[in-house]
Amino acid sequence: MNMKKVYLYKKFERFWHWSQTLLILTLIFTGFEIHGTTNWLGYESSVRIHNIAAWAFLILIVFAIFWHVTTDEWQQYMPTLKNMRAQLDYYLIGIFNNAPHPVKKRTLSKLNPLQRITYFALKVLIIPLMLFSGLLYMYFNEAFLKFEIENLDWIAWLHTLGAYLLLTFLIVHLYLITTGRTLTSNLTAMITGWETVDDDDVKELVEEAIEETGMKIKVLHDDVKEHEDLKKLVVQAMKETEDKVNEEKLKGQHQKKHKK
Amino acid sequence: MRKKILIFSVVLFLVKLSYSQEIKSNTGLGFPMINYTLKAQRNNTPSVMHSKFKILNQTFENPHELTKACLSCHTERDKEIMATSHWKWERSENLPGRGVIALGKKNILNNFCIGTKSNEKTCTRCHIGYGWEDKHFNFDNPLNIDCVVCHDQTGTYRKEKGQAGYPKKSVDLSYVAQHIGIPKRENCGICHFWGGGGNNVKHGDLDKSMVNPAREIDVHMDVEGENMSCVECHRTEKHNIKGKLYALSSEDKNRIACSDCHTDAPHKDKILNEHTVRIACQTCHIPFYAKKNGTKLWWDWSTAGRFDENGDQIHESDADGNHNYLTIKGNFVYNSHVVPEYKWFNGTANHYVIGDKIESVPVQMNTLYGKYNDKDMRNKGADISKIWPVKVHRGKQIYDTVYKTLIQPKLWAPKKGEGAYWKDFDWDEASRLGMEYVGLPYSGHFGFVKTEMYWPLNHQVSPADESLKCVACHTRHNGRLQALDDFYLPGRDFSPVAETAGVSLMLASIIGVAFHAFCRFFFKGKCKN
Repeated sequence: MNMKKVYLYKKFERFWHWSQTLLILTLIFTGFEIHGTTNWLGYESSVRIHNIAAWAFLILIVFAIFWHVTTDEWQQYMPTLKNMRAQLDYYLIGIFNNAPHPVKKRTLSKLNPLQRITYFALKVLIIPLMLFSGLLYMYFNEAFLKFEIENLDWIAWLHTLGAYLLLTFLIVHLYLITTGRTLTSNLTAMITGWETVDDDDVKELVEEAIEETGMKIKVLHDDVKEHEDLKKLVVQAMKETEDKVNEEKLKGQHQKKHKK
Repeated sequence: MRKKILIFSVVLFLVKLSYSQEIKSNTGLGFPMINYTLKAQRNNTPSVMHSKFKILNQTFENPHELTKACLSCHTERDKEIMATSHWKWERSENLPGRGVIALGKKNILNNFCIGTKSNEKTCTRCHIGYGWEDKHFNFDNPLNIDCVVCHDQTGTYRKEKGQAGYPKKSVDLSYVAQHIGIPKRENCGICHFWGGGGNNVKHGDLDKSMVNPAREIDVHMDVEGENMSCVECHRTEKHNIKGKLYALSSEDKNRIACSDCHTDAPHKDKILNEHTVRIACQTCHIPFYAKKNGTKLWWDWSTAGRFDENGDQIHESDADGNHNYLTIKGNFVYNSHVVPEYKWFNGTANHYVIGDKIESVPVQMNTLYGKYNDKDMRNKGADISKIWPVKVHRGKQIYDTVYKTLIQPKLWAPKKGEGAYWKDFDWDEASRLGMEYVGLPYSGHFGFVKTEMYWPLNHQVSPADESLKCVACHTRHNGRLQALDDFYLPGRDFSPVAETAGVSLMLASIIGVAFHAFCRFFFKGKCKN
């Protein structure tokens, strides 16, 4: 079968993902030492590293928010119930049956509905919970807090619970990496940015891309003639794109044929 | 790519920022200092040679004559002295629930030798005066002041046992008078090291080893190091020696603090400095007390009065040479290199005042007030509690089983037949005489009750590298703060609910994932429902 690659994860996205990985792992390792569960680095070093990693994480989040807002990528994470059932069915049944992934990865919609809801919860609930409980943890003794925190305990409990949720996410996330086309294809995609798809998908992809983009072009006058013109433009663009793909001019869309 | 570099540099900047909270040292010692001149930068040559004064070149008939000679030049010093608690053995204190009262050895009991009343003639060997042998001592006579017990530089001045503060006959008063100066460690130590009837009996952090201590024992007084004397911390103005102890005092006044010299932010590390908001310096920097010589931790009076088969008094000592039984005093437990106990303490204390009803056992001879939630975050001016290291001295002592009061017994007398317990070994008679002396009723029925007394630790500060490390407290099991359970301590505490929920969730995910992976491997995509 002919295989093609699509460019799915942009440079910043990958940088963000992997630095986040590094920071969360660091925070988990040092955090559980501060919690008294483990004893690896020494308490003092753990506290020091944990605090530095926390600040680095905060900066990263600021940049990530900026990027998501300016690129409209935040829409990727809006939860949807569309195809949710199909996705669940796939993980619970289809995957044992070599069934195809029900939700295709698109540059404009790279997350399946389960991912959407999970990442959305992560971004909107867990990370902010960790951030705010963490900041209170750091500063609850400081006089500049104009409110009195009677006890550290509930802050610490929330922070711990959040840590366990993150750890759980990490376990499941790491496992689901292996459920791509091949065991490592998802991992490769997140490292290189390029996801491998089969030939049949390419046309569909391009169509969808143009369709989505087309929806963002409005005609000035609402008459039939202009609609016709727009349609022609879109078809023309599609054709040219396909030609470029066939001539191997479009970057990355071509891959050496698998010899099976 | 540019974005990446930008982010990296911001992160690096931040990392650097959190490390660079260093405080510039102004001493070259590596930590900041205020209000203190290093010994090396001081000129300690005395301004006056007392041996050149004619008035001191005479044979003194008695110590009062010597005092007279002192006061002939230092004309107003007697008034300063007579205003101090070193002279009066009492001071005005505001006691919670009791108001302002004069508190001192006349109305406070302890759980060592119990109290001075009716035993003055031996106890006042540690008084800075001459002749306090009973209630009739004249506190207004300047000639009763003993100047030289504090100012002697010869080391030959000693007070006689049982002579109400008068010196031994063998002391050459003229020689002493010609060699006087600023009090040395030995001057303070003669009472403060030996109080309670032996070296280091009471404080635990003050003992004879501090005349000549190594750096590990006391970093400030280390003779090879800064070699500070007592009064270099306990700064004295008009004979008011600052810094007092809560074993006998209630209010947070006229004290000295580490921060007087070391500032409020003595560490390079911001997190360590934050600890000082709730933790006294002493807690981490005095990891052990009684470092060289044992201190008394338990004194059981109820076993006193046993004799051997010959009818002689019994003296038993432990392996370190400390008494563990004396016929006159009962059983003791001594220990050295002791781990302190820790208390929340907000700077105010209460005291068992003689005549108080016993309401709970063990009887608290002094109560250190404080709890985690005394934190005054909104700056209302309340006292902030900090965690303090304390020596707790426990014991059993005599009390009136009918009136439920601690008893002041008459312990000392020069000879048998005067009713003193240490001569006649009759608790009933000693109690009757002692209580009569203090003007309180005695029912004729006595027993022994457990008591506790708290001694906040301040001395024997260890070198910085020997101070407590994080995990001394931030640890799940057997941490030093295990007994202070009214707050959440990271590393020690956890919520069983959050912990169980978190661990279950994690385990469930691992099991789920493992099962899923097994099925994938097992069916290899050949499962047709």
